[in-house]
This record gives sequence, structure tokens and C-alpha cells, in this order.
Amino acid sequence: MNTTDKTPLVKLTNVGKKYPKLTALDSVDMQLSQGEVLGLFGHNGAGKTTMMKLILGVITPSHGSVEVMGMAPDSKEAWHMRAKIGYLPENVSFYEQLTGLEVLSYFAKLKGFDKKHAMALLEQVGVAHAMKRQVKTYSKGMRQRLGLAQAFIGNPALLLLDEPTVGLDPIATADFYKTVDDLKSQGTSVILCSHVLPGVEQHIDRAMILSSGKVLAMASLAELRQAAALPVTIKVEGLNGSLQDDRQLAKFLLDDNHRDLLTVPEQDKLATLRQLLSYQAIKDVRVDSANLEQVYQFYLSRHLADHIEHKNIAKEPR
Amino acid sequence: MKQILAVANKEFHDGLRNRWLVSITVIFAILSIGLTYFGAAASGTVGVTSLSTTIASLASLAVFLIPLIALLLSYDSFVGEQESGTLLLLLTYPLSKSQLLLGKFLGQGGIIALATLLGFGSSALILYYQLNDSAVFNVFATFIGSAVLLGLSFTAIAYLISLSVSEKSKAAGFALITWFFFALVFDLALLALLVGVEQGISQQGLTQLMMLNPADIFRLVNLAGLDSGDVNGALAIAIKSSLSQGQLFSILLAWVIVPIVIAIFIFRKKTL
Repeated sequence: MNTTDKTPLVKLTNVGKKYPKLTALDSVDMQLSQGEVLGLFGHNGAGKTTMMKLILGVITPSHGSVEVMGMAPDSKEAWHMRAKIGYLPENVSFYEQLTGLEVLSYFAKLKGFDKKHAMALLEQVGVAHAMKRQVKTYSKGMRQRLGLAQAFIGNPALLLLDEPTVGLDPIATADFYKTVDDLKSQGTSVILCSHVLPGVEQHIDRAMILSSGKVLAMASLAELRQAAALPVTIKVEGLNGSLQDDRQLAKFLLDDNHRDLLTVPEQDKLATLRQLLSYQAIKDVRVDSANLEQVYQFYLSRHLADHIEHKNIAKEPR
Repeated sequence: MKQILAVANKEFHDGLRNRWLVSITVIFAILSIGLTYFGAAASGTVGVTSLSTTIASLASLAVFLIPLIALLLSYDSFVGEQESGTLLLLLTYPLSKSQLLLGKFLGQGGIIALATLLGFGSSALILYYQLNDSAVFNVFATFIGSAVLLGLSFTAIAYLISLSVSEKSKAAGFALITWFFFALVFDLALLALLVGVEQGISQQGLTQLMMLNPADIFRLVNLAGLDSGDVNGALAIAIKSSLSQGQLFSILLAWVIVPIVIAIFIFRKKTL
């Protein structure tokens, strides 16, 4: 039995959420282990927020079962475990007339923590200098940091972050990812929800791509990349178009205008590189694997193509 | 209970910070001290008037003001937090919907109750020093007690509005209409019924109809004990077949509890 070794922290089995006018989520299966970071990607209205709300127990699934730490999160028994879950909503504006410290102390108190804990968190996210100021004077980035501090209250075992890096400058974003890595090493599970964003790749264990309530793909990034079979881009310098004459390499050339740009299937990458390096004139090589954005686009366009095909098939008999 | 108190504490401090407590207290104090001193100005005298005249004028002003203030204070309690996203966040906390609602009610109700006590209590003290009659305290205790219940009742009604709409501006509109209905339209309709319809309603029926409006119950509570010279209109008739003070207070209390219970029910059904 698989379950004996590690029960998943979050388990979604055939979960769906239907509203009168739309299906927000359609038969989703998902498991999240302790200390795992899952990236949840999809465009607006793909069902990311609905999935988070289901895990948080704010809404009840139309069918299927949601289990968080072994309980249904919307049940009465799940009450005490709510203190172990941190959530950063996508759109939240905290009480403008309160100071940052007052806001965080209020939320900390509701989870059973005191002002000291709130102050330490403000220190951690870097708004301690402004904690005595009213939230209405905060910049977008500072508000977002305040929101993150709120999610970190009580060292949660599970963190759900909806668009956590929106409005953060590059340094704050790096700080944020460092925090995620730290939490992960402490055994916190994280669900990161976002439009595709650069920089997230190194910090997630698995990615789930959602579109109109359906799971298009869920696996580690390497696996997704492999399944998508997206080519590697290799840019060389110093060969001055001599690649066109190389019979083996010429077929990988992107087009006639880019005579130093190769798109190579993943499995041919090393062989190609070896061959390239045998050229004495070569000055520089840059290798880019397909990034998350390209992987995402791939799955999305494939889904779209399937969708159109289905429609066409459905139409034909008429 | 700890959760309820945490929410109540926050709401109460919001009330302090937004100067709600100070403003309401000042309004009530000026109003009641003014009426105590100048209530008889129309009859040509200035100075402390009789207790019953003071209460009669205070009651007829408070019946407009208190519901308006309570509705203003609380109409956006839920829809406001819903718009800013904090309501969804709070519901992911170890905090039940009824705890949140009761906490808010305790905090905002506390503001109304304290302001009423301080504002009207100040004129009770002045009146006591002038008249040197301990009956002042009895009468004012009834007045302030019923005023607090009236305020709480409209706070609860404001929650009903705040939980039933999805936009703050709509809540404001509904709050205004609610106030207009209970403070003005209801009585006019009663009067029309009384005058316009022959063989209309009995005194009994009229009193029963008045129980459908917390503002009217408040009037009845405070005017029932006074000289009928200070009371006129539909009320005068109703008073004659009046219920006891205890009964009136219980019904007013029901006007606090029932809307709160319905509000909790709506809140539980509400999806975010």
C-alpha cells in the first residue's frame, strides 16, 4: 500500500464545482505531499481560485471529495486545522485606516497568536519600518508583503498563495521565493497560484495547468517538458553561417535569417553540442530549454486544438 | 468566545477611530441638553421644563435619529469587507460565520449603546440637579434602555441589508429606504388606515400593527407613562390600550434577536 508511507496533506478526488451558469472545476484529481510546492497555472477564470477555495473549505464541492490533513475542510472537525493553513487571496485590501501592525495583530489574534508574533512577521517580510503607519499610505508592494505576512501567521503546514508576486519588485520577489524555499525545507506544503511568471520554475516541484476548469497537465516541469517535446534553442556565436554547410546541423537551423540559431529536440541536444564544440571558430554557446511559459502555451494550444476538433466532429452529422 | 471578543474589540476600536463614538455622543448630548433647557421655548419660557415634556420631545427626535445612525454605522459591515476581500480571508480563519457576526454586533452595538448612555445620560444628570427628583433616573433609565435596544435593533437590520446585497452602494440605498419606511411611511400608513378606512381597525388591532415597527415600540415605551397632553396622533389612541412596559421591552428585544438570527442564517447560506 502506498498510503502507509506518507498520507498526502491535500487530496482531491474527482472534485467538481458547478455553479448554475458555469462549471468552475471539472473532475480534478490532485495530491500534495508534505513539503511539496505545487504551481497552479492557468489564465483568468481557469478555476485556480475555485480550487483554492475548495481546499480552504470556504465552498463545498458539487461532487467528489476534498481532504486536507485527512478531513473535509468544510466540516466542523476541520476547525482547529484552519490555524495551520495560510492563505493569501488574490485581491485583498486590508483595513485602510488601521496601521500595518494593527491589521496583522488582528489576524494573528484570530489564529491565537500575539502581537510579538505579528511584529516578527512584519520584520520578516520587510515592512517593519512602516508598521506604525496606516495601510492606506502603503505602496502596492508593501500591501502585498503585508498580505504575505498574514499568510505566514503561525508557521502554517499548508500555504495557499494566489498571485503572490504581483506588485513585488525583483528584490522582493527574490526574497519571497527564498521564504518559500525556507518554508519548504521546514516541511510546509505550498500551492502557488499564478499566471505564468518568470522565476517560479526553480521553486516548484510540480506544475498543474488548468484551463476552463479542467486539468490539462500535472507533473514535474521536467516531465512536462519531455511530454511536450519542445525543442531546445541553441544560439552560437562566431561560426558566420558555416552551419549551413554542415549536413547534420543544417536541419536544425531555425530559418535562413537566423544562421546561428538552432532548435534541437531534447534528445539530440548533447550530440549537437558536441558537434558544435568541435568547430574551432566557435566563440560562445547559449542553450535554452523550453521555459515554463512555452510549456504552458504548448498545453494550452493543444487543448484549444482538441476543443476545436471536438466541435467540428460534433457539428458534422447535422 | 475569544474569537467573538477579538472581532468585537476591533470593531469597537474602529468606532473610536472613526470618531463615531464621539460624534454620536455629542449629537445626543447636545440634542438632549438643548431639549431639556429649551423644550418649552414654544410656550414662551426658557429653562428646565417638566420631565414628561422633555422625554416626549427627546423620544420623538430619537426615534428618527437612532435608527438612522445605527443604519449608517453598520450598513457596510459585511458588504464592505466583501468588496475589499477581507471577508473571504476571515472565513478561512478558525472563525465561524456566527462568531464573526456576533463579534461585529458586540463591537458596533457597544458603540451605539455607550454613545446613547453617555449622550442622554448627561442630560439626565443635569435634569436631576435642576429638579432634584430621583424620578428622573427611573424615567431616563427606561428611555436610555429602550433607545439602546432601538439602536441594536437597527444595527441588526443593517446587517440583514449588508448580507443581502453585493455592492456597498446598494446597501446604502436599501438602508436609506429602510429608515424612511420605519421612521415615516409606516406611521403615515397607520394614520391613513385609522382615518381613511371606516370601521377600520380597533385599538387592539392598531397596537398590534405597531408591534411590527421597532420605532413605534420605542415610542410606546416612552410615551405610555407620560401625561397624555404631551402625546398626540395615532399614538395617543394606541397608548390607551397599551401593553405593559415589560411586554413592550420584550417585543423590542425580539426586534434585536430575530433580525440577528435571520442575519446569521443568511450569512451561512451566502457563498463567496
